Amino acid sequence: MSKVKVTLLTGRTITQGVGKELGKLSEEYLGSVAICEMDPEDLRLLSVRENENVRVATEFGSVVLRARESQRAPHPGVAYIPYGLWANVIIGPRTHGTGMPSFKGVPAEIEPAQREKTVGMREMLRTLYGK
Amino acid sequence: MRAVVVVTSATCPVCGTLCDDIELVVRGNTIEQVRKACAIGEAKFLNCQKDRLKAPLIRKNGELVETSWDQALQRSAEILANASYPVLYGWSSTSCEAIRKGLELAEEVGGVIDNTSTVCHGPSILSIQEIGISSCTLGQLRHRADLVIYWGCDPWSAHPRHMERYTAFSEGRFRGSNWRRYVKQFYARQLAKRVRRTASLGPKSIIPALAVEGSHLPFFTAQGARKMMVVDARRTRTADAADYFLEVKPNTDYEIMQALRMLIKGEDPDVEEVAGIPVEELEEVADVMIGCELGVLFFGVGLTMSLGKPRNIDAALSLVRDLNRRTKFLIMPMRGHFNVTGANVVFTWQTGYPYAVDFSQGYPRYNPGETSAVDILSRGESDAALVIASDPVSNFPRAAVENLVHNPLVVIDPLETPTSLMADVVLPSTFVGIETEGTAYRMDYVPLPLKKVLEPVSSALPDEEILQRLLDRVRSLRSGVDQ
Repeated sequence: MSKVKVTLLTGRTITQGVGKELGKLSEEYLGSVAICEMDPEDLRLLSVRENENVRVATEFGSVVLRARESQRAPHPGVAYIPYGLWANVIIGPRTHGTGMPSFKGVPAEIEPAQREKTVGMREMLRTLYGK
Repeated sequence: MRAVVVVTSATCPVCGTLCDDIELVVRGNTIEQVRKACAIGEAKFLNCQKDRLKAPLIRKNGELVETSWDQALQRSAEILANASYPVLYGWSSTSCEAIRKGLELAEEVGGVIDNTSTVCHGPSILSIQEIGISSCTLGQLRHRADLVIYWGCDPWSAHPRHMERYTAFSEGRFRGSNWRRYVKQFYARQLAKRVRRTASLGPKSIIPALAVEGSHLPFFTAQGARKMMVVDARRTRTADAADYFLEVKPNTDYEIMQALRMLIKGEDPDVEEVAGIPVEELEEVADVMIGCELGVLFFGVGLTMSLGKPRNIDAALSLVRDLNRRTKFLIMPMRGHFNVTGANVVFTWQTGYPYAVDFSQGYPRYNPGETSAVDILSRGESDAALVIASDPVSNFPRAAVENLVHNPLVVIDPLETPTSLMADVVLPSTFVGIETEGTAYRMDYVPLPLKKVLEPVSSALPDEEILQRLLDRVRSLRSGVDQ
């Protein structure tokens, strides 16, 4: 199966900002953070279309997200996930003695995952932490 | 029909821009309309009464159930008083008054107190402590700055009114707004896109000729007009609004800034390109920087969160120091939460240190990397936590969250969040700046009052009061006296 190697950035988006104010358990918030913005060229390499699922993996874990064609393209080889639970399960805890984990510039691999499902907040928390 | 009151000059409790010109139309005890705020601010004001916690919650047989304030506070106090190394985390979305109480509580329980700057501009603080910073208030920049650089930040998304209030789109006393020019450019770009799309239907050979997009140096702007430059790893919406956008590869900011420093000092880097950017292009950037009358470099977490962390900020601060030998230049971090600057100020005023303060020895110690929340949690050293006005379960790496959720956890928050769902006790609080007044610090260290515009929902108490009650109970538990 095809995979692409990318540099992962996580960050703020305006919809994530509005979503968090509407409530971290709201549908709006879920829709704004459980996504991966990719360059159209990278999507084409994976044969994945907009709104189909992809699995994003780093050395710390992997997560299924909905692929979005980036409005900020072209940025081949760079993928963007908004801040939130989904981004952070694949971010490592190493801070290099500064207190700050690397939330940006993380090497990652993306593969198609059309058959896998994205999960909601409560289910995600239960799976990850058992509460 | 209940009376309508229009509250003017309210301060928006969302981001570090801390806009204090918000108008709120309040009918009875509900905000009906929000004027002048950005989309995020409007969402916060309009939704502040929805989905609120109805009572304090306590975990029984694995489920969170409603309980009384008395029981919830007693259980929270027991958790904190019995812990040997608790972490008290959050603080950036509450008032300075509440933060002061939190520090008292941290000292009392001998824990570690850390605020969200630890995963935001913590590296900037470390670097500022080493290098120093030439900064000013935003009012100065609004009136005088003729070159605005946003490096590794996207105010359009994270500080939506920053450009309108203080930089490119603000009408200052000595500098005009770029708004009209931006609107013209926007329509020109839309037209160019349409032309390209139409052309793509024709013979392939003409597409490359039309594919030229973006802005180029040198700037052709009117005398006295502001110039705006953006440096980022993606072409953000802020970059679209800029006169010039320099796209850099992730994790290469340090090299580029050091190259710029060489050029500004008149040295020759002796290479063709730096991190994929031709040196000629960097020379043009350096010329624009030197050529301004008053420049400002705003930097965001694009620098603090990528490879190098505080070393990136060292380079940025040094770049501005070097520029000050040629012209006048200032630098400012784009602070995220509305009172993260206040958290640093109150922490410093009370303990001598801005974040990551450890009281376990009975006196304050500060060593980010050792006493910072993510490191303590990832190493599994803490045995309980209090989280206030923050959501580390969403925002920390998974390894750190695991320790947080598997030890006793007390959460103080107005809303249900992923962190509150993991808690053992949840204490519902009011929204500071909407239901409770207080003080917050803007990103340029200007303190501003937060207004009370609504009566709080009946189930909630202000953060400051919750912390005072907790402190009283912890003290009586520790002195062995029943309350």
